[in-house]
Formats: sequence, structure tokens, C-alpha cells
Amino acid sequence: MDSTALIKVENLSRFYQKHCAISQLSFSLEPGEVLGFLGPNGAGKSTTMQIITGNLAPSEGQVLIGGFDIIESPRQAKQLIGYLPEHPPVYREATVDEFLKYCAKLHRLKRPAIAPAMEQVKSDCGLNEVGHRLIGNLSKGYQQRVGIAQAIIHNPPVVILDEPTVGLDPIQIREIRSLIKTLGSERSVILSTHILSEVQATCDRVQIIREGKLIYKASIEMLEDQSSEHSIVVALKQPPGPERLAQLESVEQVETIDSNRFRLYFNTASPVESLIQESVAQQWGLFELIPDHRSLEDLFIELTQDDRAVDETGEPGS
Amino acid sequence: MILTIARREFTTMFLSPLAWVILGIMQTILGYMFLAQLDNYFTLQPQLLNLKNAPGVTDIVIASLFQLAAVILLMMMPLITMRTIAEEKRNKTLSLLISSPISMTEIVLGKFLGLFLFVVVLVSLLMLMPLSLYMGTELDAGKLFSIYLAMLLLLGSFAAIGLYLSSLTDNQTIAATSTFGALLMLWIIDWIGESIADSDSVVSYLSILQHHKSMLRGVFDSSDIAYYLILISAFLVLTIRQLDRERML
Repeated sequence: MDSTALIKVENLSRFYQKHCAISQLSFSLEPGEVLGFLGPNGAGKSTTMQIITGNLAPSEGQVLIGGFDIIESPRQAKQLIGYLPEHPPVYREATVDEFLKYCAKLHRLKRPAIAPAMEQVKSDCGLNEVGHRLIGNLSKGYQQRVGIAQAIIHNPPVVILDEPTVGLDPIQIREIRSLIKTLGSERSVILSTHILSEVQATCDRVQIIREGKLIYKASIEMLEDQSSEHSIVVALKQPPGPERLAQLESVEQVETIDSNRFRLYFNTASPVESLIQESVAQQWGLFELIPDHRSLEDLFIELTQDDRAVDETGEPGS
Repeated sequence: MILTIARREFTTMFLSPLAWVILGIMQTILGYMFLAQLDNYFTLQPQLLNLKNAPGVTDIVIASLFQLAAVILLMMMPLITMRTIAEEKRNKTLSLLISSPISMTEIVLGKFLGLFLFVVVLVSLLMLMPLSLYMGTELDAGKLFSIYLAMLLLLGSFAAIGLYLSSLTDNQTIAATSTFGALLMLWIIDWIGESIADSDSVVSYLSILQHHKSMLRGVFDSSDIAYYLILISAFLVLTIRQLDRERML
């Protein structure tokens, strides 16, 4: 592993009494990357995040943040992290401005630096209009934004977000995701979630955890590659019959869905081009053509249910 | 950093009506008692004239007023201290402090200082009543100061005990009830001592009331001060240890 890694987690284990929440977890976070931390509920995502941020002590193993051990020198290590826990830690009875000012002070920002930092995060997180309002009166989406603002007010090189879009409506989810993307352009981000499309929308790299163990590590391209199934669905007005379709170039197998619709399986090259040519020439009347995507959820389920070892070669750059 | 947390703690107290209500109730009840004691003093005054070394107005009116204040505050302080940590645990806001680059000691000291500021405000407001007597008579300033200090130390120990019990739970009612129980226990612990009729016994030393009484009389004994300071620091250390320990569980 690289010594320049911002976060280095080594052989991390954590037990709650006898129950093992995470075991022998090792990974690292490089500067400028967005790491998706995927796993079903109860897999140990939050526990890992809490250990990295010093909210829980590890049973075994070590967490280094910018070279500082979170247990040995917590002050220096915590200065480098911004953390948004699962429940945004906001004071409902404070206004957004009061709260952010308090957070800035807690992170030892110098007095003259506080006002510009607040302006910056408020415009970054879209909080300009609500600065004087009580946090308790804001919608869940805005509270989440305040939570994110709190995590980045001291401009940390690493931001850790634990399920930032839980409980938000689709529009808010989209806004938070684009906010995370912006964060990722300047900082390293660890994003934990159980929603695959979220990882797909925001992350550079993904690792999947199940029952406290890392079972999959890959770049996001590899994940998408794995998720694309090699089949398309076509609908024809005057279908020629499945046998004829099977004769098309590079089609391996044909599955009849109904009298007009067929699913074509292929292996390497896509048969779309020859299909369209034939359809025009033979007047099959092509009116629908949908590339099948095995949903990422399927892949997720497959991965989290398989007893699959970590694909070490899947790491980018190796 | 400690001051930042203390200030937050202090202002939060006044954001909810509870702090105002408690201040209001204290002023009303003690104002009434103050008048009653004054009245009492006026009826006693002719008899006092005949005594040598007669107790003054400071002893009769003010000391007994603050003795009563101590009893009422024993019931009120748990309501002030109950939310300090329990509420943050319940609302999961404690991780804001823990993830910040500050130590547990700073967090706990900040919280305690916030509570103590409230105590200072409370006692200072109560002090206004005796001070108003300056308009008509002379008071024993030394005794007044001793009473003021006694109240601060007593309520400071109430706050430290309440802070610790608040760190044990995420339920404010439990925090308040157990604090009340603990304070009451410390209050009555010497009742058994009295029946043994040995005022130097351990239980009598442990009793919060004994030390308070002598200070209200104007006896400035360093062992009384030490008692309160030890009590306060012991519970603050326990709170720090408790919060640190929770990360291990």
C-alpha cells in the first residue's frame, strides 16, 4: 500500500462482546478519490466509519489518518477528517449560523477564518437562504445539508459520509449526490451506503463489505462492466420467428418473450447493427430495442451472497 | 475550547423554558420566604436586644434563607443537569464533539463549566435579596461572602454529580431521578451519624449538609472547601472515564 495514503486501515477488528462486527479489515484511501463503501444493513459499515473517526475504539488493528494514529494522536488525526454520521449531529434548537459557527470553533478555526469558512460552506451546501432559521424547523434534506456543511467547515482533506441520502426524497437525493460529487473534486471522500446506484453516481472506487469482511474491491468501471449483461430485448411488428433471429451475426441464443418480443443473447460483439439492417431489408418492423442491463442490485445480491474472496487484482493501478 | 463548549451549554439552557422556569420559581419561593423571615426577625428583635452576642440579621434571615434554598435546589438541580449528556446521547449529537479535535477532558470540563455558569447566575440572583437589606441596615460582608461561596460549592457538587449520572444514560428522566436520589442520599447520610452521636464519624464527614451548615454560619474551614473540591473533581474524572469507556463497549 502507498505511504501517501490519506487513510490507512490495517487489520481492523471490532467485537461487541462476543459478536464480531468487523474482522481483519484493511484498505486505504488515496488523495482525491471517492470511495464507495457498500454493504447490506448491519454489515459493519457504520462501525468502520465510527472507528475511523474515533467514535469507537477498535478491538484490534490500526487506523492511520495522514500518518497520525487515531488512538495515539487523536487531535491531529481528527483535524484531518470531516464526519457526517448516520444521524446528522445537529442541534435542533440552534440556528444554522449559530451551529456552523460552533462547529468551526470546535475544529479550532481561528476567529478571522470563521466567517469566510461559513460563507464558503453555506454556498457550497446551498444553505444561504436558511442561515437564520432553526435547524429543527428545516426539512430532512436541509438538515442533511447542515450535517454535510458541519463536516467540511474546517476544510478537511477527508470527508466521511455515513449513508447521507437515507430518508430523503428523490429530488433531495439528487441534490445531495451532486453535492458529494463536488466534494469529491477537491477532497477524498468515503461514502457508505447500501444503494448501488448511489455508488455508481458518485464514486471512483467501490468496496463491498458483508458480515464484517471485505468481499469485493474494484474500480467503478469494473463494477459497471460486470453489471452489463450480454443481451438485448427487441420487439418486431412482423417477427420472422426465433430460428431466423438466431441466425443473425453473433447472436448466441434467442428467448421468446411474447409473440412480438424476443431476447437475444450475445457474447462478444453486439448484434444490433446486423439486426437493424436485416429488419429494414426484411421489413420486420422493428419498434423497440432495449439493451438489457443486469441491475446492479442483482450483482450486489450475488456478491453479498456468494462466498467470494476479495478480488485483489480488481484494484486500480495494480 | 472549554469555553466554547461551556458557552454553548449555557446558551442552550436558556433556549428552553426550563432554566427560566427554575429561576422564576426559585425567586418566587425564596422571595416569599425572605419576607417571612424578615417578619419573624422583627418579632424576635426585642428579645434579641437583651442577649449578649445576639445573632444578627445575617444569621437569622440570610443563613436560614440559603439553607432553605439549598434544599429546594437539591430538587431543582437534577432538572438542570439531566440533559447535559443524556440528551446528546439520545439525539446522537455527541459524535459531533467526539469527532472534533478535542479531548474528552475538554468536553466534560466545558459541560461542567456551562452548568457552573448557570449556578453562578442563579446564586447571584438569589443574593440580590439579602443585598437589598443594605438599604436599611448593616450586614456582615464576610458572612455574606462565605454564604455565597458555600452555595457555589454546594451547587457545583450537585452539578458534577448530575453530570456524571447524565453520562450514564440516554434517558433524561433516569438521569434526573438518579441524580435526585444520589443528592438526597448525600444529604441524609449523616442522620445515622447523629443517632450514633459521633459528629466526627465518617458518615458525618460525607454528608453534604454538614459542610454546608458550617459555611453558612460563616466558618471558613479549608476542610469543607476541600470536601467540595474533591467531590467535584472525583465526579468529573468519573464522567471523563465513563465517556472514554463507552467507545470500548
